[in-house]
This record gives sequence, structure tokens and C-alpha cells, in this order.
Amino acid sequence: MSLTPDQLKRIAQLARIDVPPGEMPFVAERLNRVLGLIDQLQSVDTQGIEPMSHALELVQRLRPDEVTETDRHEAFQQGAPAIEQGLYLVPKVIE
Amino acid sequence: MLNSTLSGLSAALAAKQLSSVELTRLCLDRIRGLNGRLNAFITVDEEHSLKQALVADERLAGKSGAAKAGALTGIPIAHKDIFCTLGMRTTCGSRMLAGFTSPYDAHVIERFGAAGAVMLGKTNMDEFAMGSSNETSHFGPVRNPWDLERVPGGSSGGSAVAVAARMAPAATGTDTGGSIRQPAALSGVSGLKPTYGLVSRYGMIAFASSLDQGGPIGKCAADLALLMNAMAGFDARDSTSLERPAEDYGRELNMDLAGLRIGLPKEYFAAGVDADVLARVREAVQWFEAQGAKAVEITLPNTGLAVPVYYVLAPAEASSNLSRFDGVRYGHRAKEYADLAEMYRRTRAEGFGTEVKRRILIGTYVLSHGYYDAYYLKAQKVRRLIAKDFADAFAGCDLIMGPTSPSTAFPIGAKSDDPVQMYLNDIFTIPAPLAGLPGLSIPCGFDRKGLPVGLQIMGNYFSEAKMLGAAHRYQQATDWHLRVPPETAL
Repeated sequence: MSLTPDQLKRIAQLARIDVPPGEMPFVAERLNRVLGLIDQLQSVDTQGIEPMSHALELVQRLRPDEVTETDRHEAFQQGAPAIEQGLYLVPKVIE
Repeated sequence: MLNSTLSGLSAALAAKQLSSVELTRLCLDRIRGLNGRLNAFITVDEEHSLKQALVADERLAGKSGAAKAGALTGIPIAHKDIFCTLGMRTTCGSRMLAGFTSPYDAHVIERFGAAGAVMLGKTNMDEFAMGSSNETSHFGPVRNPWDLERVPGGSSGGSAVAVAARMAPAATGTDTGGSIRQPAALSGVSGLKPTYGLVSRYGMIAFASSLDQGGPIGKCAADLALLMNAMAGFDARDSTSLERPAEDYGRELNMDLAGLRIGLPKEYFAAGVDADVLARVREAVQWFEAQGAKAVEITLPNTGLAVPVYYVLAPAEASSNLSRFDGVRYGHRAKEYADLAEMYRRTRAEGFGTEVKRRILIGTYVLSHGYYDAYYLKAQKVRRLIAKDFADAFAGCDLIMGPTSPSTAFPIGAKSDDPVQMYLNDIFTIPAPLAGLPGLSIPCGFDRKGLPVGLQIMGNYFSEAKMLGAAHRYQQATDWHLRVPPETAL
């Protein structure tokens, strides 16, 4: 299976990664090599095999419903590109 | 002194033959002298390290009010730059996090801090741990001290080289598809990927969460046992952390090898593996047989499918994990953009390197509408077949041995143009993490070019002590693990 230019554009859009038009052929060619590798899986008989989503089949723990974290938003926001009054700033999304 | 084992260093510190400050200075001098050539460290903060060493010396002196000294008190340890460290920047080898300082410590960092170890610095790595050669780092490739024109392996290449060149007595790493064992093999040191869930992933920057596992890199198996004693243990902040009683990973170091059944998977001794690598691994197996171990041929029939399975599942998980890098909360943000959508796209295009973007795109594709069943679910089913191979094999053997990597260190640039060639390099290290099993690599000799060869030892779940015991017995009879690269002679 090979990616068409439209498919690649769509994936890049979903992944929120700009792929400049000039780089499209290179990116597509390398992705197609990898897809060629993973296409080997199609010929495996997996009839009746349960998907394995995790190495160890664990049950998620529950903890008491108690406050365990303190408010550290100032420390957490120190590395943010743009903040004001404790809020993250992004370009305007609603006109 | 820099070629001593951790217990040797610990004894010297306890006997006041040297102080932690002196030992830390020795390491820092060595890093200053060699890092320009090897590029093993991204960040070193001498003042920070020496301050910790001073505190360790107080503890070693039994100063009142100081915590009791332990086996790692005063020992300098280098940390892979994937572990978040409070007060020292954490880059994960990426431009995205080149200016990032974490507001908290990873669990592993906390554990070593509590043990009184000294943080020696942050080691170079493939960007977001995606690579087998350390060439994808934003901070440039790490060089192999056995041949500076060759790669050290990856992604924990900086940690492996820090230990190989005796810049650090020990280091931490992480392994998703071989990132501890493969660089250990290519750089001539010992490295352990523990059973999934033993080492907390809290504060360890996520790549593929169902596979990622932290572990130690050191000179020898006995050192790895001491490091595991410090870094393993339950942590409620990692939902996959296992609640198990504490164990001493060094309890089987003097194990009896007589009667030990060693499984040799025929798929690991096949065409495509370097002749020298096979010869060295066979010689190591013969040594075990001479001690009374019994070699049995086994089969792991789905070995060839492990790489394709991995390159569906790991990118799928990565595409989700790395969605957090959006230029809003931390990390790089593009300078120019017209709106929010363009800010995301440009930030991620600029902040991530080629290989990381490739894997995010693959992951996005295999999870996208119409392809999820064909790729993602299919890969999860084949993952179960691979895990079942191991379950069947361990019914007839105690440990599995084979090569860690099909070749020794390759030249820088040799495989970086073809992702598939690079990926296939991990064929023998990818199966264990898919099954959640532990894997160990130890040096077992050199090829005709003088490059180190790694012997891989895999065990059943929670059999780390046995794996380390077998490795320790071998290392008592051989000196491969004590060889220092001539280029960086002490």
C-alpha cells in the first residue's frame, strides 16, 4: 500500500505537522518504505487471536478520593511560551 | 579508580580512601577532557554535582542528622536526558525541549537522590528515544569510543558511552525496542531492560507507554543489580507500576550454573547475523556449557514479525503521546503564524526532527479511520503471538541467549538514509519489550575490527536476579567488561 499525495496531506493535517510542498515527495517515499515493512503483517493468520494492548494484563488501581496535589501552577507555567495572569495565551480562535 | 566496580567505589568511599567530592571531580575532569570528541553529555552542571557530593560526604561521615549511607551514597551517576530533573534542563534530545527545565524530578531521579547518589549530568540520546544510532539527537551524534567514526547505538547512546569511556561509573537509560541493550552491546558495556512495570515511568518522557521501561547501564552485572535495587519499586504515580515486595537483585550473583537450561533460538543464529558476532556469542554459550549449563535449541517462530509489529504500535502510541507538544504549555513555539492551527503545525514542524515526524505520521496513519483494524488491531494480535512464542519457549528453558544486535557498531551515516535498514537493526531487541519481558546485554568479546560484541540474556518475567547471576558468573571468568577503549585509555 502506497500513500497518495492527498493522503499524506491529510495525515500531516491530522498530526498538526507542516510538510512543505517541496519535501512531500521525500517524506512520502520514506513513509512508503516503512509501510512496505509493516504490510508484512497482512499475511499473518490471526483468526481467533485476542489483541494484546499491554505487556501485563493489569487491573487499574483505585485510590481514595482525596486531594493529593497542591496548586503549583506558577512552577508549571514557568516554561510556557506565553502566559498572562495564570492563563496560557494562544492566537485568537473566536472572532 | 575509574575502572572500579560500584562495590569497589563504595568500599573506597566507606574506607575514606577517597571522598565523593574527589570521585565526582575525577569524573567531571574526564567528561571535560572527552566530551568534545564523544558528545555523550548534553548538560553538565559541575557546581550542582559537587554540591550533591558534599552532602554525600557528610552522610558517609555519619554526620548527625544526615541519612544513613548506602551502597550508592556518593557515587556519581549520569542520567539519560529523558528523565525529568528539577533544576537541570531536560531536553529529550529535541529542539522542542532544548530550553525546558522540569518543575519536578522523575521517580528514578528521586530514588537515586534518596540513595545519596550524585547526579553527574544528562546524557545525549536519539530525539525522544527514537533511534538506534544516536544520530537523530538535536544536539548532534554521540561517537563510539571504540571507533570515533562509528555510532554507539541508541537511543541511550550517551549513557552507554559515558560508561564505556569511564566518564561515569554508571548511568540510567530507557528501553522501548532495545534502547538500553543495543547501545550497551555496540559500546561494550552492560545494560538491563527490566520486566515492564518494575521501574516507574513517572517523569520519564513518554515515547510508547506500553513498552517504555527505564533501566540501568553499567560496567558489569553486579553493578546493574545495585542500580536496580535503587531504581525499581512501586510508585502510585505510574498507573502501570507493579506493587511487589522489594527484592535484592543481587541475591543470585553466586548462582550455580550446573543444570541451567539455556535456550538458543534458532531464529537468532541465522543468516544475516555477522559471522564474528555469532562466533563470540557461541563461545560465550560454550563457556556456560563448560560450567554445567545445558544448551537447548528453541524456536521463537514469529521473530521476523516483531519489527513490523513494533513499527505499528510504537509510532501509534508516540503519535498520541507527542500530541502534548503543541507550543502552548511548554517547549518550543514557532515565531510566525497567522492563527492557532498554523501555530501548532509550524511549532511541531520546527520543534521535531525528521525521524520523530516520520513516526508521528506513521502513527497517525495506522490509527486513522479505515486503517485502524488493518494495522493497529492486527499488530496487537501479532504482538500476542510473539508473547506466546516466549511463553512456549520458557516451558523448556530457564534463560534465552543470543546476539543483542546482528552487527557490531556501524559507521555514522551508514543507515541514516534508509529507515527500514535502521529499524531492522533492532530485530533481536524488539521482541522482549513487546512481551514485557526483561533483557540484558553484556560484553562477550570483539569482532575482527576491534568492536565490542554483546551477548543478550533474556529471562521470564521477574527473573532479573537469575539473569544478572548468570552474567556475573561469566564476568568473574572473563574480562571483556573491564576493557577500556584505547582511544579513551585511563
